[in-house]
Amino acid sequence: MNGAQDLGGKMGFGPVDPEVDEPVFHAEWEKRALGVSLCSGALGLWNIGESRHARESLHPADYYSPSYYEIWIKALEKLLIRHGCVTLEELETGKVQTAAADGLKPLQAEAVPAAIAGGGPCDRAIDAEAQFAVGDHVLVRNINPAGHTRIPTYAKGKTGVIEEVAGAFVFPDDNAHGRGENPQWLYRVVIEGRKLWGADTDDSLTVSIDAWESYLEPA
Amino acid sequence: MAARVRALEMILSEKGLIDPAAIDVIVDTYQNKVGPQNGARVVAKAWCDQTFADWLRSDATAAIASLGFTGRQGEHMRAVFNTPQTHNIVVCTLCSCYPWSVLGLPPVWYKSPPYRSRAVMDPRGVLEEFGVTLDKDIKIRFWDSTAELRYLVVPMRPAGSEEMSEDDLCTLVTRDSMIGTGLAELPR
Repeated sequence: MNGAQDLGGKMGFGPVDPEVDEPVFHAEWEKRALGVSLCSGALGLWNIGESRHARESLHPADYYSPSYYEIWIKALEKLLIRHGCVTLEELETGKVQTAAADGLKPLQAEAVPAAIAGGGPCDRAIDAEAQFAVGDHVLVRNINPAGHTRIPTYAKGKTGVIEEVAGAFVFPDDNAHGRGENPQWLYRVVIEGRKLWGADTDDSLTVSIDAWESYLEPA
Repeated sequence: MAARVRALEMILSEKGLIDPAAIDVIVDTYQNKVGPQNGARVVAKAWCDQTFADWLRSDATAAIASLGFTGRQGEHMRAVFNTPQTHNIVVCTLCSCYPWSVLGLPPVWYKSPPYRSRAVMDPRGVLEEFGVTLDKDIKIRFWDSTAELRYLVVPMRPAGSEEMSEDDLCTLVTRDSMIGTGLAELPR
């Protein structure tokens, strides 16, 4: 979806405001928000695509809220309700009223280092051959799916050159919505700044996106 | 928001879905163990050791893992080297993708709309907000992290650092220099 998250090239957000000696967390609740998000994710009920979609499908007024951890928490609440971990009433009252489903194992403290060090690789072996090769000219398709996608709007309809065939990766547009991992080849596509933003653009600028094969067609 | 997060943690904990002690370990990890000092080590080693630099260029995930930096949001790494001709900058216009294994958690500005919206369109203007002015002849390459590849910028080794040890060089490698919104510091 080309929602509030699809920010490349939008105007009106003002200057970047880098903070000198920025702390890792700005408040105690941010620490807990990070931890609750990661621990909930570790239950294995949803994948990173579904999680990203829960964030990007927040109302823009919620998405542009002051702390990114607010976005995480609002999205996490949606995911927890959707997957039957909590009810809206429980969130509103703060009181537990239902039991959790059997068989869910919480991430234990002693398992955290291995979970972080292991991560969640998204590359997969596939039989299909890559359709594009380094140096090929490609068009980023102008498609606007209502669900999760990782095509930034600013690149749609633009042509670029394949710089790397990066391997086959889980296809987020399907995986986010329970349609399976359906891995596809992933490519890095380099696009000239002028093609993206017009003739007045600094001609020294190029931008690359990482695009799954079905986002692209030969140019 | 503080009360909301506290309530959520309490509910999930009471239901046996999360272990608050695990949250403590996660927070400790990103506050004290995993941060830009990891990336600085990678860069300093690449500056000192051409074989490592070549490995980093050809298989960044493996080269970085050899220093013990692996895992979450660093599963598929790419290292991009600044040159006298090209300056690299990383962004995630669609969310907040960032190489946690080498840089830790992203700073607020990296996740915020001003950077995510303007960076890809007005890179020199954004760099000036970081106090960085690049020569007009230097090409700018933006890397939008739209998939699961995570990018680490290897800044150019500053002049005057030729005699410095790898350990000392680490102190010149700032977080922003590994995102591309800064340069490595000059030796004092």
